[in-house]
Parts: sequence; C-alpha cells; structure tokens
Amino acid sequence: MAKVKPRVKVPRKAEVGEVITIKTLISHPMESGQRKDKKTGELIPRQIINRFVASFEGETVFEAAVEPAVSANPYFSFDMTVPGPGTLAFEWHDDDGSVYAQEKKIKIG
Amino acid sequence: MTMTRRDFTRLGLGAAAVAATGLGLAPRPAEAAGTVEEAIAAFTGGAETTEGGIDLGAPEIAENGNTVPIEVAAEGAAAIMLLASGNPSPGVATFRFGKLAAASAASTRIRLAQTQDIVAVAEMKDGSFRKVSRTVKVTIGGCGG
Repeated sequence: MAKVKPRVKVPRKAEVGEVITIKTLISHPMESGQRKDKKTGELIPRQIINRFVASFEGETVFEAAVEPAVSANPYFSFDMTVPGPGTLAFEWHDDDGSVYAQEKKIKIG
Repeated sequence: MTMTRRDFTRLGLGAAAVAATGLGLAPRPAEAAGTVEEAIAAFTGGAETTEGGIDLGAPEIAENGNTVPIEVAAEGAAAIMLLASGNPSPGVATFRFGKLAAASAASTRIRLAQTQDIVAVAEMKDGSFRKVSRTVKVTIGGCGG
C-alpha cells in the first residue's frame, strides 16, 4: 500500500476563545471492499480508515465514525474554540489495526 | 434493431452491475444496517425525527461521484449521521462533537454510486432528532466497477 501520510492544518497561534478551523487530510486509498480486481475478477478486500478522532489536551473535540462511502484520502474539517495553549492530537484508525497519529501545538498570542 | 457486438457487451456489463448491487456484497456486521430507515432507527433508537434544522451543503450536480464535497451543520447537535440512500451500503459517516467544538459542523468528501438522496440525521443535545435530505445528481458513479 502507498505510504499513508497524515496532513493537518491548524493555526500556530490563536487567542483564548478564538474559533479556529481545523482541516485534516490523510493519504489513504479507502479501499471500499466493493471493487473488483480487473485481472482476477476477485473482490479487493476492504481497507479503510474507520475512525478519526481529534482531541485537545486529552479532551475529544471531534470524532468521526467512517464508512467506505468516504472518499479516498479522507478529508475532514471542523471548528474548535481555543480554550488556551495546548496540543491537538489527531488519530486515524485503519481497518488493519494501525493508528496514524499527528500532533499540533497551539500557542496563545 | 440489430444487436451489435458492442451492445451485447454493454448489456452484459449492466446486468453484472445490477447483480452486484442486488446482492449487497455482504456488508460487514458493523454496518449491517441495510436500508436508510434501518440506519436511522439504529441511530435514533426508534425516536421520532423532525424535518429541518440542519444545513446540508452538497452540490446539486456532482460530476465525479468519487469525491463529492459535503458540509453539514446543525446548531446544538451532539452528533450528525450522514447517509447515502443510493449506495451499496447507506452508511457514510457519523460525526460527534465534543465541548470544544465551536460549532456542530463538519465537512468531508464522500463517494456516491449514482444520483440519489443524501440524508443527514442530527442528534440534538436535548435528545431530540432532526433529519434533512437532499438530492445530488451524479454524472459518474464512484464505487469502482
């Protein structure tokens, strides 16, 4: 499988109470389990990101339960109110059990 | 009309596609909810849903069913479930919003196999449920072949 690379866009600095938009993208084929191998005619087994979680200092901000109907290279964006400085942690859970993680620090000022 | 070889092949392909969707290709147990109604019932626990109160942003016409941008927002929602009625399996995604989420809103990109209705069901913080649906025309389906 192609290399899975998470990408996240978060402002480095924000004011306390400011609303920021967080954009996330991970390169992943999101194999739906519906496609057939063109040569053999057999179904390609499903392998998708089935769960995405974003948390700030351990508190969940946004969570998505994902089905095969989400496009390849799944993209999610959402808004967060910044309560103070801290670290945003992102996790993508793959069907094969692996978890891809990314962190971003937010400074105040 | 005489049937050319090309027509015949096309017919065969069409029939194969129908057969494939008809069988549903054995969904995994986690997504066993077979129809939109079942999926909604599983989400709401059988509670009534009222129409409206959700902003569901989707293109009227999606040229490429492989990536259709969808935006959903429902003020005061704890969770929003997205369904695609015309896909082999209706589930798309369920979003849950924590306390720090500034708005109960999110956007993503989804696959649509054909022209169909997208349904969003929101679970409000007071325990009630809301529902909206929108039709999206799809020019090229996005579930592989």
